[in-house]
Order: sequence, then structure tokens, then C-alpha cells
Amino acid sequence: MSSLTLHDVRFVEPEATRNYITQDYGALSWLFTKDHKRIAILYLISITALFILGGFFAVVMRIELLTPEGDLLTSDTYNKFFTLHGIIMIFFFLIPSIPAVLGNFLLPLMLGAKDLAFPKINLLSWYLYIIAAVMGLYIIITGGVDTGWTFYTPFSTQFSNTHVFGVTFAAFIVGFSSILTGLNFLVTIHRMRAPGLTWFRLPLFVWAMYATSIVQLLATPVLAITLVMLMFERVVHVGIFDPALGGDPLLFQHMFWFYSHPAVYIMILPAMGVASEVVAAFTRKKIFGYQFVAYSSLAIAFLGFLVWAHHMFVAGISVYSAMIFSFLSYFVAVPSAIKVFNWTATLYRASVSLMTPMLYILGFIGLFTIGGVTGLFLAAIGLDVHVTDTYFVVAHFHYVMVGGAVMAYMAGLHYWWPKITGRMYPEWWARLAALLVFAGFNLTFFPQFVLGYLGMPRRYHAYAPEFQVLNVMSTAGASVLAVGYALPLCYLLWSLWYGRPAGPNPWGAVGLEWTTASPPPMENFHETPVVTWDAYDYPAMMKAMGETQNV
Amino acid sequence: MSEVTLGGPPPAPQVEEHHEHHPFLQHHFEDLGQQHEASTLGMWMFLSTEILFFGGVLAAYWIYRVMYPEAWAIGAAQQIWWLGAINTIVLIISSLTMALAVRNAQMGRRMGTVYMLIATLFFGTIFLGVKMYEYTKHWQEGLFPGAAFTFQWPQNPALVPKIELFMTFYWCLTGLHALHMVIGAGLLIWFIWRSWKGHFGPEYYGPVEIMGLYWHFVDIVWIFLFPFLYLIHGAHHG
Repeated sequence: MSSLTLHDVRFVEPEATRNYITQDYGALSWLFTKDHKRIAILYLISITALFILGGFFAVVMRIELLTPEGDLLTSDTYNKFFTLHGIIMIFFFLIPSIPAVLGNFLLPLMLGAKDLAFPKINLLSWYLYIIAAVMGLYIIITGGVDTGWTFYTPFSTQFSNTHVFGVTFAAFIVGFSSILTGLNFLVTIHRMRAPGLTWFRLPLFVWAMYATSIVQLLATPVLAITLVMLMFERVVHVGIFDPALGGDPLLFQHMFWFYSHPAVYIMILPAMGVASEVVAAFTRKKIFGYQFVAYSSLAIAFLGFLVWAHHMFVAGISVYSAMIFSFLSYFVAVPSAIKVFNWTATLYRASVSLMTPMLYILGFIGLFTIGGVTGLFLAAIGLDVHVTDTYFVVAHFHYVMVGGAVMAYMAGLHYWWPKITGRMYPEWWARLAALLVFAGFNLTFFPQFVLGYLGMPRRYHAYAPEFQVLNVMSTAGASVLAVGYALPLCYLLWSLWYGRPAGPNPWGAVGLEWTTASPPPMENFHETPVVTWDAYDYPAMMKAMGETQNV
Repeated sequence: MSEVTLGGPPPAPQVEEHHEHHPFLQHHFEDLGQQHEASTLGMWMFLSTEILFFGGVLAAYWIYRVMYPEAWAIGAAQQIWWLGAINTIVLIISSLTMALAVRNAQMGRRMGTVYMLIATLFFGTIFLGVKMYEYTKHWQEGLFPGAAFTFQWPQNPALVPKIELFMTFYWCLTGLHALHMVIGAGLLIWFIWRSWKGHFGPEYYGPVEIMGLYWHFVDIVWIFLFPFLYLIHGAHHG
């Protein structure tokens, strides 16, 4: 093993040898690959396809909501559309997005490892995802499902005559895909770090993935068993959640949210990890308060398990437990705020280079803050009673999910695109898309805060005429947002053939992933790196550059 | 690596110089020690998901037990406690043979490993056989929930839906456990074949150890299920 110095980090030559893309050819070499980078590409293609499908349902719903009358879709079809939009976007896009694509690709590179700990299990997780996705597609074609993504009983077990069993079974399977990804990442972070790469030298993206994986590992099985009980109840007609037979529908909600609230952190923690990487790279600074940011990821993962019943304030839980869950929910704001303040402190007096990933992350910080603060509104019992099941809730979670998680996913995709493909994306078009996404997003969802506060309920295809102006604004914003998402699809594909070759480190960033060629060779590193520096050691790198280049 | 690893079992024996390219060393690990540690940690983490998986349905069981203690006692009284007790003993013995299989693999005794794994499979199969007998009996007695539930309790007919709820948890819990046993038996067959082929030895016994972790876990689940489902009937319903 040879030791890489900071000097080497900056000036590794691109290798002319074969990389992970050109290593083998043919569909089978991809479908049976055990390479984490190739599996990341498989995931990228799959989740993009499902994102487009989920987006299609959203667009049709927004068109329906242009007019107060329910004129485009029947109420039954509309029920199916918002259900499918939710299920696809949550289970098949957001949860796998950053972990399974960027995490899969980057984790071994950031750790100086050749692969994840369990390459075959990694491939298995993709196959489970695909099996579940195919089941989902089959169900969409044969009639869909109308329970909402939350599958609340007793509607899902006794009354809905749509494909509840198939969809919950698909969610059960895709849950195991998520568990296996989390398990693989945890073992890899524990056991596969390069020599010298101590815990507090890890990039904050790795800390975020670690916290995410804990939630995937410990929350997802509870969803799995809950769905098993739901399926059993629906098929055999037992009464676990049926009051007529001695059961309790509230138990379903408790068990469902025991997973599905932490699942929010499965979606947002990786986004926070991407934010830390991008902020450091485009300010050329160490992340302010590195250890606080690292620990706050674990704190969010831990607190996330203690707040689930804030989804149930109006469901009939006791006022005392509601107060306790309200109180605990406020605690989540503390580690979240620690992160936002530390990113802001890093940006303070930095010369920020406003490349596309940084634009997305600036959007992320602002939008996540709005989403998080409105989450506190909802954690307050009194206000929650007023806005429960209104568009206020819809706006809130889209600010966290789309304004937060998707913005950061787009940031990460652009930031690491040169590493993944070896090509630069076209900067001008990418900046334009980032601005369109930001503008379109706010125009879509900010009016929904107002609509919800005024009392427009969610999940209806018709509404009172006085809400029309704000709904038209929202639909107009959705159109801009759709263009903003369609652009990257075009120019990123274009860049595969016509993009400028990126070289190993186009951003001049530190981090082990930038020390190897772009795209990386099959084994990631020709020699296992030995790490002797802290994460984001930009000051030392700048100094080393000054010495070698005498600039 | 050693300065930064957390917790876990003591490090496995390192590969000796002349065995640098052990046939079962996967390319992305530095050595067999790292591979062993990673696999063991992976199994422990998998078992933690299993705890949450069984924990979810056990939590539901427990909530309803507090709500309907009488129905739970009547439901438990429908079980044949001594069949459950025999199965408990059978499983504990199978855990012993599994542990001996691991020990034999560590010592490099090929046929010892094979015999002990066969013994484990034998006891596991006995468990499943007894379970099948119980299931058949419950089915005939109308104790399968849903449309097939014909069980009557004339002393207090209002309790019947709650007894049915108990039986729902009985079938869910023992069914999931039996499924884990079937998977374990399948794995054992594969491991018997691998041991027969001489894949394991002092340098490379990790997979047998991990198989053992899984098997012991499934046993421990049963150790909880047995009292929860068979022994809570109290004196007056026995």
C-alpha cells in the first residue's frame, strides 16, 4: 500500500485503461453485475422511469384541479391517481433515490473500498425493487388502488374493491430491498474503511448514509409486518384492525407511522449529506461544526422513532399522548436547525461558486427550512387540528420531500455526474433548469399553504370556486416544474455523448472519490488509499496547490 | 483498520502466508478476517431487523392480551401444552447440535460438522412435524380464523371474536416462525453439502457460524412464543 498525499489527490492522472462502463459489454453483464457502480446505474434508470410515471399522475391531478368542478377525472379515478402518485414517489422514488443511486455509487469510493460488503445482496436488492415495481405496474394497468399511500384500515381491509393486496405486497417486497441496502451500507461503513479513515475523517455524506441505514434497518421491518397483518386481515377476514371483531384501526395507524414517520428521515437525511458535500466543495471550506453536523444525523435518526403519533392528533388518541408526541416532535427541529445553521455558517464570508449543484443546494437550504418550520406548525396540536387533511399538509411535506429531498438529489446527480459518466453536463442549461425547478416549485406549492389554511381539504377532485385562483397558480407552477425536470433528462443524456470529458476531479474537490479516474475503474482504486487527512481539508489542499503550482 | 473498528466479535484467525489466495476470499475484502467480521456483523444486523419484524406482531398481540385477558386465556387453553413443551426441548437440542457443528467446523473435523448439521436438520424436521400435527388439529377443531372459525364458547359467546383474534395471532406468529424454520432447514441442506465437500475449516468457518446465529435466533423466538401462546391459560381454564 502506498500513501496518497494531498498533492496526489489533486493531480491524479486519468487512466487510459478500462473503466466500469467499458469493462464488459452486453445486457447480461449489467443484469448480473455485482459491481456497486453498475448497480447504481441500474437503480438510476429504474427510479427515473418511475419518477416520470409518478410525475405523470401528479400532472393529471394538477390539470384536474384547474377548475373547481371535477370534470377531467371521476372521483374514483382521482382517488387512484393520488394513491399511485404517493406510492410510486415514496416507495419507488424517494426512498431509493439518494441511497440506492448516489450512495451505492459513492460509498465504496468515499471509503476507499473496492465494493460494498455484500455485492450479491446489493444486486438482490435491485431485483426485489424491480419485482415490486413490475407488480405495481401490473396493478396500475389492471385497475389501480384507491386507499391513499397510507393504506388506512378499515377502508383498505373491508371496503376498497381495488388491488389493495397486490400493492401492499409490492410495498412489502420493496421494503426488503430498502432493508438490504441499509444493511449493506452499515456493514460497509463499519468494516470496509481504508486504512487511516477514522470515523471523524469520514465525509458527512457517509455519516448521513449511516444514520439513514439505521432507520431503514430498524423501521422498515415494522412496516413489513404491519402490511402482513393487513394482507392477512383482508384475505382471511380476521379482525386485527376491525372493531367489530375486537380489533382497533388505531393500532394500524400506530404501526404504520412507526415506520412511515422515520421513513421521512430515510428521504431527508441523505439529502442533508449531499448538502454538506456540495457546500464544502463550492465554498472551498471545511464544514463549520463538522462533528455537530455528523452527530445531528444520528440525533435525527434516533428522535425520528419517537414522534410518529403526531400524524394521529385527530384520530382519537388520548390528549395526554398527543401532548407528549407534540413535545417530542419539537425536538427534531434541534438537530435539523444545527445542520442548517452550520451550512449557513460555512457559507458565511466564503467565496461561493454558483455552479448548478450549489444552486440546487441553496434552494434546498431555503425550501427545507420552510418545510421544516411548517412541520413545527403541524406538531402544535391546536394548529394541527385546524389544518389536518388540508392542502397545508400537502404543501408542508412537498416542501420537505420535493423542495428538500429531490432538490438535493438533483444537486448530487449534477455534482457527481462527471464522476459517474466521465462527462460534464452543459452548465448553462443546467443552471436554467435549476432556476426553473426552484421557481416552478414555489409557484406550485406556496399557494397550497394558503389554500390549506383557508380550509381546502386534500384528496378531492372538486373544490369550492373561491379556491380557483390559487389552484390555477399551483397548476401553472407545476407546468414550470415539469419543464425544469424534463430539461436535465435531455441534457444529461446528451452529455453522455457530447459532454466535455471531465477528468478525475473537475471541481477541484477533496474526497477519495475524486482521486480516482472518471469513470472509475472496476476496482475503484489501483491501490488501496491510506488516509492521513481530515474530511474537507480544503485549507491544506489550497496550501499544497500554492506550493506546487506557485500561484 | 483495527484502531477504528467498533464492537463486534473478536477478530477471526488471520490467513497464513501460504494461503494468501484462499478460494473463498472474495475479491473486495483485504483478507479472510475482514470478510468474517463483515459477514458476522451483517447477520447480527439482519437479526435486528428480525427482532423488529416479530416485535411488531408481538406488540399487537400484547396490546390485545391486555385488553382481552380472558379470551387470551381460553385461546391458550386450546393448545396442547405438552406438544409445545416437546417442541421447545427439541429446538433447544437442535441449538446444541448447531453449536457443536460450528465447533467441529472450527476444529476442521469435516464429518463431525456434517453429522452435527444433519442432527440439527433432524430435530428441526421433528419440530415442523409436530407443528403440522397441531395445525391439522386446529383446522379440524375450527380454530383457523376467518370463515373456517367454527369454535364455540357457550359460557360466554361474546368472547368468541376475541378468541378468534387470539388464534389470528397464534397462526401469524407460529406461521412466521415455521416459515423461518423451513428456510433454516433449506439452508442446512446446503450447508451439509458444503461441509461434505470440505469447504470449511479452521481458516474459514464463518458461514457455519452465521448459519448458527440464524438458527439460534429462530430458537429464541420460539422460547418467547411458547409461553405467550401455550402457557397463559391460568388455573381455571386449564
